[in-house]
Amino acid sequence: MSDLGDLYQNMILDHNKSPRNRRAINDPDHCAEGYNALCGDRVTVYIDVDGDVIKDVSFEGSGCAISTASASLMTETLKGKTLDEAKEIFQSFHHLITEGPVETNDASGLGKLVVFSGVCRYPARVKCATLVWHTVNAALDNNTKKISTE
Amino acid sequence: MEHEQNIGIGLTHDETSSIDHTGLDFASVRADFPILQQQVNGHPLVYLDNAATAQKPNCVIDAIQRHYECDNANIHRGVHALSVRSTERYEQARLKLQQFLGAERVEELIFVRSATEAINLVAQTYARNCLSTGDEVLITELEHHSNIVPWQLVCEQTGAKLRIAPINDAGEVIYDEFVNILSAKTKIASFSHVSNALGTINPVREMTTAAHEAGAVVMIDGAQAAPHIPIDVQEIGCDFYAITGHKMFGPTGIGVLYGRYDLLNALPPYQTGGDMILSVSFDKTVYNEVPYKFEAGTPNISGAIGLGMAADYLMKLGMDRVLAYENELLSYATSTLSNIPNIRIIGTAAHKAAVVSFIVEGVHAHDVGTILDNAGIAVRTGHHCAQPVMAHFGIEATARASMAAYNTMKEIDSLAEAIREVVEVFG
Repeated sequence: MSDLGDLYQNMILDHNKSPRNRRAINDPDHCAEGYNALCGDRVTVYIDVDGDVIKDVSFEGSGCAISTASASLMTETLKGKTLDEAKEIFQSFHHLITEGPVETNDASGLGKLVVFSGVCRYPARVKCATLVWHTVNAALDNNTKKISTE
Repeated sequence: MEHEQNIGIGLTHDETSSIDHTGLDFASVRADFPILQQQVNGHPLVYLDNAATAQKPNCVIDAIQRHYECDNANIHRGVHALSVRSTERYEQARLKLQQFLGAERVEELIFVRSATEAINLVAQTYARNCLSTGDEVLITELEHHSNIVPWQLVCEQTGAKLRIAPINDAGEVIYDEFVNILSAKTKIASFSHVSNALGTINPVREMTTAAHEAGAVVMIDGAQAAPHIPIDVQEIGCDFYAITGHKMFGPTGIGVLYGRYDLLNALPPYQTGGDMILSVSFDKTVYNEVPYKFEAGTPNISGAIGLGMAADYLMKLGMDRVLAYENELLSYATSTLSNIPNIRIIGTAAHKAAVVSFIVEGVHAHDVGTILDNAGIAVRTGHHCAQPVMAHFGIEATARASMAAYNTMKEIDSLAEAIREVVEVFG
């Protein structure tokens, strides 16, 4: 359990059990759908913007605890951020998940997302954490093609 | 160079405590598989992903190594000693497979890459030639994608219609529905012997007889049957039967298509090139005899030799004993897992191979898989390349524990303990 605790931290379990902002947005400014063919996880991301600030962000979909918590925490993190900040956070998050934490991680603006730092030790689960973020990226790029982590 | 091949079989007649009353000395079988003697994440490896691929005994590993160390040369050409030896070993492997599947003639065994390739071969030669608009191909809802997509493609190519025999909530093909769909329009019926996702054993003999009565040719996907239950293609009466090496203790990249001699003889080639011809000129090419007509190019020689050894190993274990032992593993696993709260077993057919597909209520299969892996237990999680089966049960994915002759009751206990931890973490 001690090893597993690194991956399944309480905050992840909590967001899995009670995901925040799991709802659709009617007529969103940006929207994209992500799909992980490997495990069948699906996620749809909705984003409303005001100028270049993310006014509202939400998701729908089903998946494992890591992907559900990642989507939930993504919405909490991105609300109120500028589009450029969102892209930067995605880069930092991607680095955290694939390479592990950087020394001064708070400067990277990850905030609560550092809870996913254990994922890098589970290579098979990296895609679970990143699917929703790839989908955010596609939504902001207005890429209507279905996004796959494959 | 003569070398008696040591099979190192896990079967003894000594009075040892590990001999199960089914007659299988599972401790000795286990010792034949070097990969099982390792720790994963600080725990002894519990390998329960055999339906994805099975592990290899020393005799198979040694046979492949010996081929490259002593015999390697191209086959069916060249007069030198190594070429002769390689050819002999390759053809001996074919004889082993003939024996393993109970085929009447050795020419009825074609080496292919996989069961997938075997099904594609039949779809693109036999089916593509005989199907036309209005004809039907019948499969079941239980199939692996590899026994769905080749038929979808050939139906698109020919204008034939793909029909699906439904399953019930136990995961069994509804036999009456299967028979009802059969008609004079049915040209091919293709179904699995054993379901990869649920473990259901289909009544292939009855299904074959019914399909033949309707005038259809029968293809059976035996990928999941080969390492677990005795197979006799003549007794089943099927026209084509596909197996893959890596699920039956053999190497990857090698499989076998059994086809009835008269049917194979009448078929056009699948792929063309070297070895599948008798003579080539720019005016006319004469194709080789079966099975060589279907083995274009240099085949997977070491793979075939390894697969021949794997078939030999299984025959020496005795498929009846393997089946009896695995049945005990299955009933122990089923009763043990059923006792864990929040577990739902998907697939409760009356006749099952040693596969337990399950979900932990409220927990995604991937999370189950990670927690089990942390305890050194390997299971498959996901849709098992059988999305229609998942759709039938209204689920995205399951965790699947699939057993082999080297698994033990103690490993089932480890599985159960790790599943209890899943419930605890997500409780």
